[in-house]
Amino acid sequence: MQKFLFELNRDEDVQSRYAADRRGALTGFDLSDEEQRALTEPDIGLLFHLGVNGQILMHFAALHSIEWQDYLQQMRDGLDKHGPVREGVYAVTGYEGVQTHSDRLGQTSNIENGR
Amino acid sequence: MPLVFAGVCSHAPGIVGRADQADVAAKDRLYGAFDDMRRQLEASEPDALIVVAAEHFANFFMNNMPSFAMGMADYYEGPIENPEWLGIEKTKIPGNRSLSERLIQKVMERSDVSYAEEWKFDHGIMVPLHFLTPSYDLPIVPANINCQGPPLAPLHRAWAFGEALREAAESVPERIALIGTGGISHWPATPDSGKINEEWDRRFLDQWSRCDKDAMLSYSDNQSYLEAGQGAFEIRTFITISAATEGAEGTVHFYEPIPIFAVGCTIATVNL
Repeated sequence: MQKFLFELNRDEDVQSRYAADRRGALTGFDLSDEEQRALTEPDIGLLFHLGVNGQILMHFAALHSIEWQDYLQQMRDGLDKHGPVREGVYAVTGYEGVQTHSDRLGQTSNIENGR
Repeated sequence: MPLVFAGVCSHAPGIVGRADQADVAAKDRLYGAFDDMRRQLEASEPDALIVVAAEHFANFFMNNMPSFAMGMADYYEGPIENPEWLGIEKTKIPGNRSLSERLIQKVMERSDVSYAEEWKFDHGIMVPLHFLTPSYDLPIVPANINCQGPPLAPLHRAWAFGEALREAAESVPERIALIGTGGISHWPATPDSGKINEEWDRRFLDQWSRCDKDAMLSYSDNQSYLEAGQGAFEIRTFITISAATEGAEGTVHFYEPIPIFAVGCTIATVNL
């Protein structure tokens, strides 16, 4: 998944193929039905849950012109719906979510200012 | 020739792409600080600018991930991102292959570094250049430290990379400017985006300003992650600049958490 997104994000030829035929652009990548669905809809929340690195996912969301707050909300919805990040840096380092993290640090989240 | 300019700055994509959503006064203060940094850079009359960045899977992927890499081309392209989203048009950015090759050869005497004859810039380099070389008329030598995909090179190797960059700059006749660009505490590209640990940032910037090597190298990625997010892995870029200018103090001209920009926005220069 991430390899496809890496190539899509940086290569305008791949972007053209994806724009013309999203599922066809995935040819040659070993992807499950769930992964293919997430990449073609696209399902930002599911991709985040599945472990796609956030930077790769952010560029992918930008490619789809997904508005910033929608993009953040789709990731939150993905965690609510599917559960914690399954693998990758956010799972390895113990991604725990906004509120849990703020509570543990004893801080008031200042994210609200950015919403 | 000794470095003619050194500094650090933020590179968050929202700084340009979401400028219209920020508090106007805060945005104007940041932009003013960037303008001041540009004027300082221009006054140093550099022949080239080395940008030590933390790229974000624009060029390097987990199938072949260098800890440290430098560009070696006569031009580069960027941004890879949707220009409308980033607020920066796609363009060509000049490089200097000969200079890059000589710098890389010298860096290799002390530090392992990969080279790349192709390099597409993402926001990590394009946002600083948008402010600092807005006409894209200064040759750039991009350098990347992997701050994204663990395992990451430990901090003392980011320091060694900076020492190597200093020696390399001193070994060429060109006037070399150097900037590091990264976030301090931040949780970019996660649902936590916008969260900033100001206390953590100010402590680190104080250490950076005093070029306190021991303090800066005492951070662990695990602890940084817990206190300052995965974006804090990018302190490597600041540490590299400190090493390249060891013995000189820095001045933080601007620091302000701006949540819509998803980072404590920072502009600082080294008093060379």
